Amino acid sequence: MNEPGPMAEHTATAPPPAEATGPVHHKDYHASKMGMWLFLFTEILLFGGLFLLYASYRAKFPEAFHAGGRTLDVFLGGLNTVVLITSSLTVALSITALRRGELVRCLWLLAFTVACAGGFMVNKTIEWTAKFHHGLIPGSEHMAALPHGQSVFYGLYFAMTGLHGVHVIIGASVLAWVMLLIKQGKVTAEDYVVLENAGLYWHIVDLVWIYLFPLFYLIS
Amino acid sequence: MDQTDDRTKNTGGWGFMEPVGKGGIATWIFSTDHKRIGLLYMSLILTMFAAATIMGLILKLKLMTPGSTLLTPQQYNAMFTLHGVIMIFMVVIPSIPASFGNIFLPLHIGANDVSFPRLNNFSWWLYVIGACLALASIFTGDGPPDTGWTFYVPFSERTTTNVSLAVIAVFILGFSSILTGLNFITTVHRLRAPGMTWRKLPLFVWSLYATGWIQVLATPILGITALLIFAERVLHLGLFDATKGGDPLLYQHLFWIYSHPAVYIMILPAMGVISEIIPVFARKPIFGYNMIAFSSLAIAFAGSLVWAHHMFTSGMSDTAVLVFSFLTFIVAIPSAIKVFNWLSTLYKGSISLDPPLLFALGFIFMFSIGGLTGLVLGSAGTDIHVHDTYFVVAHFHYVIFGGTGLGMFAAMHYWFPKVFGRMYDHGKAAWSFWLILLGMNVLYFPMFIMGLQGMPRRYYDYLPQYAPLQMVSTWGSWILAAGLILMFWNLYKGSRFGPLATQNPWGGATLEWTLPTPLPHEAFHGDPIAPEPYDYKGIHPDE
Amino acid sequence: MTESHVIPHEHQHEPLSYRFLTLIWVGLMVLTAITVAVSEINLGEWNIVLAMAVASAKASLVIFFFMHLKYENWLIKGMVLTAFVILAIAIGLTFVDVGLRY
Repeated sequence: MNEPGPMAEHTATAPPPAEATGPVHHKDYHASKMGMWLFLFTEILLFGGLFLLYASYRAKFPEAFHAGGRTLDVFLGGLNTVVLITSSLTVALSITALRRGELVRCLWLLAFTVACAGGFMVNKTIEWTAKFHHGLIPGSEHMAALPHGQSVFYGLYFAMTGLHGVHVIIGASVLAWVMLLIKQGKVTAEDYVVLENAGLYWHIVDLVWIYLFPLFYLIS
Repeated sequence: MDQTDDRTKNTGGWGFMEPVGKGGIATWIFSTDHKRIGLLYMSLILTMFAAATIMGLILKLKLMTPGSTLLTPQQYNAMFTLHGVIMIFMVVIPSIPASFGNIFLPLHIGANDVSFPRLNNFSWWLYVIGACLALASIFTGDGPPDTGWTFYVPFSERTTTNVSLAVIAVFILGFSSILTGLNFITTVHRLRAPGMTWRKLPLFVWSLYATGWIQVLATPILGITALLIFAERVLHLGLFDATKGGDPLLYQHLFWIYSHPAVYIMILPAMGVISEIIPVFARKPIFGYNMIAFSSLAIAFAGSLVWAHHMFTSGMSDTAVLVFSFLTFIVAIPSAIKVFNWLSTLYKGSISLDPPLLFALGFIFMFSIGGLTGLVLGSAGTDIHVHDTYFVVAHFHYVIFGGTGLGMFAAMHYWFPKVFGRMYDHGKAAWSFWLILLGMNVLYFPMFIMGLQGMPRRYYDYLPQYAPLQMVSTWGSWILAAGLILMFWNLYKGSRFGPLATQNPWGGATLEWTLPTPLPHEAFHGDPIAPEPYDYKGIHPDE
Repeated sequence: MTESHVIPHEHQHEPLSYRFLTLIWVGLMVLTAITVAVSEINLGEWNIVLAMAVASAKASLVIFFFMHLKYENWLIKGMVLTAFVILAIAIGLTFVDVGLRY
């Protein structure tokens, strides 16, 4: 999945033929920002579909969801929450740093953000591996034999945290790429919308987790 | 308002289709020029249309007589599935926005391109990849999906046909649609020429703007639904599997939360085209501009409230049946407003029955029938009788084919001279219109009757009592096919070899008609003056 | 026409200060601690309501300050609202079925 145009878009067309001498197309800060927000809406609605399923199935299997929540490690979940929120802070700080011309600080903040993403994924791997060891693997016989409510709970758990994890990886990759652009001088203190937009994407990743955490870990 | 200069003399060149630099295919398929991208889309969309139409003709041929074994049951199921998947996702949804929207939206607002030209090209490539994957699903594994385009669970989870590949294709095609909508919304907000206020926007632009919002907000739900089907098949998550506690109705909810608004993605741009054509050929400003603009937004919003009218017989709660039936009647209102306004525009106008107007009038006729029968379906009580029958099939072909299809054909007859610089034969265009209109009605009207008589949809075979109307319907498909062939041949011949078109053959007042014919690489040098889009004082058709 | 995304200085919002952003972070940490603590107490139906309220408070901090929405114009704000309204409608109307059937 590629990052869309709003990240680094300018409206240049193919070189015009000899007779046309019109204006060179311009970059539009507000368009880039608007485009990014529109793209974020699609992410919100994408996860929204899964939240719809969660809400429905929770209404159907309240006890199973409570029981399922108890099998999830609140410490690891809480730690991941702290990690993501902190990474949101550091990416927001990095924008301020860039705009103030503090490039080294900006890059360190972004590196820390990406490291947080890595930390999150390590935690996630630990959690998931623990689940797998208990036979809770999507498609396994063990899962198929579970009571309905539990089966749905863990199915949703894997689907939602899995899709979220994919987005953590994508977001981290985008941020790493933006770090490269900053190093190359293509994103600067005056022209920083690409970093802002990457930050916006990262915040959505954080936002989704802000809701996932209580819905899965804190319902016991 | 004349902005003509020497550039506007049509000397038989190809305008923006003239080679760029050294030319070559790369200057087309990697082009960021909205006009070239529009044509790239159009060529693939029409190709997909041809393929899916042939499938439709084969289906009708099989259904011509009871007991026909022209197709095996498996082939039949696969064919109606593919017909639907291709038509919905690769033809009708992109149809007008991706082709004419791309070419004319920027021109209508006085811009030289969309906000994100490279994203625009990327959207086209997503369409290409999605289409390739969908076509690949025909030739690999256990063959094309046989679930119907709606991919209902549990069958879509269990069938060994290429559902997984098909839903990935749908996901990617959805992304193409999302990015187009995103691009158009931003373009309308950011690139309007000075003086081009929202109240001066051509109604085509209003319709594309409203459509863009549906594309951005509804399509992701299709995305997650497609991913979940894939996850069910590959990972056996069991989220819709009743044997694992899942609720198949939740699949239906998710599916239709997108797929109902999708029909407004299909119809709104066509309505926008009609709103452009009617005033030009009545030489009168459009009646009720504000209401038509507002109704586009109202349809987009109200259309998000009604999806479960596809589920009246599914087993959902009685309250839901009542609520969604009530909401469905509300969404009919803004559509009806548009029809009244178009008719009011024609009233006491100076009518020229040129081909674009013929197709526009055909749209109004077909869409009205389709829309009214939608009320029969939206009323829960009557829907119990006609759900999943041919009545539904007739309804949606009237609104989608008779509606968006004729809208697309109208747009082609309206704008092709501007794009290709040459005029087609009006007489043959009129003939093709009448054949198409006749064919559509002979093909689909009997289906209303058969549906009321109880003929279920998607059935491989049928009882002898339906045989006479089935045969009539199949004849209709041949009349329609003849009309389509005549129409496309006429347009092709005209675009390549017809007489040179003038700058403003129809006397339109929107900005594209101030540009040279054919459209040049770069439309506006500096900012154009925003015209009153439906003020024809001082403008005369050249034709 | 400009050659880059450069915004004239008078149109730029000042970047949020390190101090302010860190304060928001502190708020988020406090809210996280609160929601974990409250979840230990059995309040029946209210647990989920409170958890969602706190989550929404956290989300608001992220959206308005980290994502800068508080300082954007009404067009962007309106668009964000629209997206959330549509999601709410989708879930809400689904519950007209699901809530009465389960």
